[in-house]
Amino acid sequence: MIIHHPFLGPCDAQEFTYLGDASLIDRPDGVTEGAEAAFYNYQYLRDNPAGLHRELWFHEQGDRSWLVVTRDTVTHEITSVELARDVARAKGRSA
Amino acid sequence: MRYSGFRVLQQAMTGHKGWQPAWRDPDPKPHYDIVIIGGGGHGLATAYYLARQFGQANIAVLEKGWIGGGNVGRNTTIIRSNYMLDGNEPFYEFSLKLWEGLEQDFNYNAMVSQRGILNLIHSDAQRDAFTRRGNAMILNGADAELLTAEQVRREYPFLNFNNARFPIKGGLAQRRGGTVRHDAVAWGYARGADRRGVDIIQHCEVTGFRIENGICRGVETSRGFIGAGKVGVAVAGNSGRMMAKAGMRLPIESHVLQAFVSEGLKPVLPGVITFGAGHFYCSQSDKGGLVFGGDIDGYNSYAQRGNLPVVEDVAEGGMALFPGLGRVRLLRMWGGIMDMSMDGSPIIDRTHIDGLYFNGGWCYGGFKATPASGWCFAHLLATDTPHPTATAYRFDRFERGRMIDEKGMGAQPNLH
Ligand SMILES: Cc1cc2nc3c(=O)[nH]c(=O)nc-3n(C[C@H](O)[C@H](O)[C@H](O)COP(=O)(O)OP(=O)(O)OC[C@H]3O[C@@H](n4cnc5c(N)ncnc54)[C@H](O)[C@@H]3O)c2cc1C
Repeated sequence: MIIHHPFLGPCDAQEFTYLGDASLIDRPDGVTEGAEAAFYNYQYLRDNPAGLHRELWFHEQGDRSWLVVTRDTVTHEITSVELARDVARAKGRSA
Repeated sequence: MRYSGFRVLQQAMTGHKGWQPAWRDPDPKPHYDIVIIGGGGHGLATAYYLARQFGQANIAVLEKGWIGGGNVGRNTTIIRSNYMLDGNEPFYEFSLKLWEGLEQDFNYNAMVSQRGILNLIHSDAQRDAFTRRGNAMILNGADAELLTAEQVRREYPFLNFNNARFPIKGGLAQRRGGTVRHDAVAWGYARGADRRGVDIIQHCEVTGFRIENGICRGVETSRGFIGAGKVGVAVAGNSGRMMAKAGMRLPIESHVLQAFVSEGLKPVLPGVITFGAGHFYCSQSDKGGLVFGGDIDGYNSYAQRGNLPVVEDVAEGGMALFPGLGRVRLLRMWGGIMDMSMDGSPIIDRTHIDGLYFNGGWCYGGFKATPASGWCFAHLLATDTPHPTATAYRFDRFERGRMIDEKGMGAQPNLH
């Protein structure tokens, strides 16, 4: 698989480490009401779709950036690549 | 028709014209007491033991393709009970004991071959870990034997003992482990279940559940609605997608695992070997092909094929251990979809929906579990209580911090 890095262009997926569903960006607040249940959902449960999947890849052998890759889990086709930082900022999560 | 040596002889005399299909091809009835979704090893074994062990008669197995077309027909056929943790080892040992009597039990030649499995040791730390595992196995009534490098050399002289980075320092052997003809397991259970009245319905895809007031009343299928007193789901790699139709999110990700088989060779490899310094394992099929594999590809996938980096990794592992492999030609490679759970262990449990039961999360090791998984799931479906060896396989273990994490990897499915 080739991942089109926003800065570095096409990179072999081998340069990356895979973490999983991009919902892992949405880490719950640990001190609010219901945090325990929210963390259980966050840590252990997955949508695991057959089709488009937004997922986190870490460019470990490259510029060490985190990317959000949208990939079809049935065909392995990658349709979009964003910087995870931008995705997190758009959600108001990162400075 | 009972199969026996006499029957083969008799058929040979009469031109083999008297064989009958091993199971019927019935149309679905409007209602069953128990409907099993998934005609893989686990679904068929569940139906078989429900009928044979728990006296249930009105059962259907619904399979979207053909039976044996899923992982039960794609795996590398290894059986063993070399687990360490309390939640696992009694279950896998129960399974190995069932394998030992299986062919007589369901009157089908599944070619169960206890040729032994050997996990190689490459460092002192690994020897300590394997010694501990071996002791845990023995405590649970399984067999385990720690071998020195010299003992390994006597059985497998062609391995690379002097690899500078990964010298072989010994091995943990389980002599009762081995291989089984995987297709025959599906066929044997199918035939055994069919003879006891189970309807095996192929080309029947379940598309949804009919759930009324928190009770599952049956399933919607490509061949119409089928009512059910109880529904048991055993769809392996498709678990996430299936249970989403009941509104459930699972502690499971689907990943692809590849396997490989070489051209046929004369007997070279007496048992199953696993490389302890990378991920590579190998056995020789009765047809002579070397059957081998390694890691999962590592990203979510529902495609029954993988990518080349894993092929390279497996080949490198193979060459490090078994240099003679370099001259062997690869015949075929393929992939299957694994239901990778968050702690690497399975789930056999009720759901929060009455009448809906789940069996899944088998990761890359569910073939060896087939008999016990079927038996324990049948136990749960028939009695509403877990079998004594499967009490730890609960949905809520993640919430309660009771993970069964053999590798100690945490909630990261692609590392188990
Ligand atoms: C390459 C590879 C190597 C492996 N090696 C080993 C090994 O050496 N040892 C070991 O112990 N395990 C091994 N495994 C794992 C093992 O094969 C699986 O864990 C096990 O087979 C899963 O259970 P099953 O047989 O019931 O699955 P399957 O055979 O996959 O059965 C599930 C069935 O459900 C059906 N289904 C899915 N969705 C629906 C629907 N909506 N409606 C109706 N039917 C549906 C599918 O078509 C399929 O037939 C390996 C797996 C792979 C892929």
